[in-house]
Amino acid sequence: MRQGPGRAFIAAMTKRSPTHVLTGTRIRERRLALARKQADVAQAAGISAAYLNLIEHNRRPVGDALVARLAVALEVPAAELESGREEARLAALREAVAALDGRLGTGLPELEQTAEFAARFPGWADALVAAAAQNRALSLRLVSLSERMTQDPYLLATLHEVLSAVTALRSTAAILAEGDEGLTPAWRERFFANLDHDSQRLSTTAQALVAYLDSFEADSTFLTPQDEVEAWMTAGSPPLDQATDLASDAARDLARAHLERMAAERAALPDADLARAASGAPDPLAVAQMLGRPLDLVMRRLAALRPRGYEGAGLLVCDGAGVMVLRRAAQGFALPRQGDACALWPLFRALINPQAAIRLRVEMPGGARFDTFSFATRIQPAGLDGPVLSAAQMLILPAGPDPAHDAVLRVGPSCRICPRDGCPARREPSILAPA
Amino acid sequence: MGDQTDILLIEDDHSIAEAVRFILTREGWQVAVIRDGGEAVDSIRAQRPRLVVLDLMLPNRSGSEILADLRALPDPLLARTAVLLLTAHGDAVGTAAACGADAGLAKPFANDELRALVGRLMH
Repeated sequence: MRQGPGRAFIAAMTKRSPTHVLTGTRIRERRLALARKQADVAQAAGISAAYLNLIEHNRRPVGDALVARLAVALEVPAAELESGREEARLAALREAVAALDGRLGTGLPELEQTAEFAARFPGWADALVAAAAQNRALSLRLVSLSERMTQDPYLLATLHEVLSAVTALRSTAAILAEGDEGLTPAWRERFFANLDHDSQRLSTTAQALVAYLDSFEADSTFLTPQDEVEAWMTAGSPPLDQATDLASDAARDLARAHLERMAAERAALPDADLARAASGAPDPLAVAQMLGRPLDLVMRRLAALRPRGYEGAGLLVCDGAGVMVLRRAAQGFALPRQGDACALWPLFRALINPQAAIRLRVEMPGGARFDTFSFATRIQPAGLDGPVLSAAQMLILPAGPDPAHDAVLRVGPSCRICPRDGCPARREPSILAPA
Repeated sequence: MGDQTDILLIEDDHSIAEAVRFILTREGWQVAVIRDGGEAVDSIRAQRPRLVVLDLMLPNRSGSEILADLRALPDPLLARTAVLLLTAHGDAVGTAAACGADAGLAKPFANDELRALVGRLMH
């Protein structure tokens, strides 16, 4: 087995380099590129040649004012010589190499020359960093596709339908092939009809499956920042510096904003207060009234804390366009792909009835029931002349044995895998047989 | 043989239910069929079959939930009713054992496999 570079190597790579080392190297490289003598440049910058020599060999720090004068002397923007730019590049290089821990074999990079490499070959350094970023994004994509293969409710439902059709075809065909014993004309007619029906079912489902698998290819762009944030939340929202699911800066910004919002909401409604109120109130609205807090805040906090009585809770939040901006799965409530939600979900009913709390028990086609609490708000963050922004959220809980909620709303996961026949909200055909 | 149900088949797929019912009936057993998982335990209680052939994925109540309910019945004879689990999982035996069934059969199956397993469980 090949050995990786090990902890010492990674520690060296992640150690922050002194700023002056980077700047001095860049100054020397630029001067040599212009074929100018140290004495000339030093004189133009107002320092001695000996001092410039020390700077170029990274033995003296360089202040901002001196960098500015040297930049003029060397006919480059000061930013080209400044350390921050190089530090960012070096940090990216360190990340790129650290990500290869265990896969470098014996060909370790020359760590002591990292700064020189970045200064001498900035284009190659950027190319290496870009390749590492692409590698990381592709790895995330691979994980996403693997998860889709094993957890995607549409794929699972479609494969189940294929297997059911194949099972029926195999058994029925074998019955017909086994001989006439017990096979009356009426049975024979029924089995031929079943063969016809199931072969059509298999054909339709197989086509749908192929089309869906094709969509994997069409959908092969990198994850959206929202996808990355969802993956990060699913992984338990680890600290940002350890969050391997957050590849893009945009995703990190979103995750950071989410953490800040969660912290602010937790401060506004502490865990102990919420847990106490949740144990003494029958529903989220009663919790909100007991605590004197906005219902939307209470719902978000209940989904985050999951106190007693709210174990397994999930939360969906959509904006005024119905686009999901936060999806935390509830236990047993399969979330379809982004953009595939069932239009009958109470979440969307709340969107058109803002400020009214809606409690509805919903039933999925498989019979699983959930209690949902939906609530929408409208705000004008830019003032009276600004746009009115709507947002709705739905708290989802596995349904308890509550006889007061016998009435259920029959919903689905999404049209493509919903077998409900004659649904007025259907926007595309299902690949499943009608329930 | 009278009207006593030997085998209760709980399968929501119409074509599979018809084929399995025909195969087992031709073997001489009295077979009743229900399609809704929500009715399963009541039907077992009412018909007291010797064997339940149970699909894992059913509307309203899954095969594993039905098995849990069945094994928890206070009537010990009824609670120990033999169950053959039909499943789309590749590891039918492991799935059946995990759910508390007596045997498992992966879909799609050969009719001979079905006959042999049912014959063993009915013996």
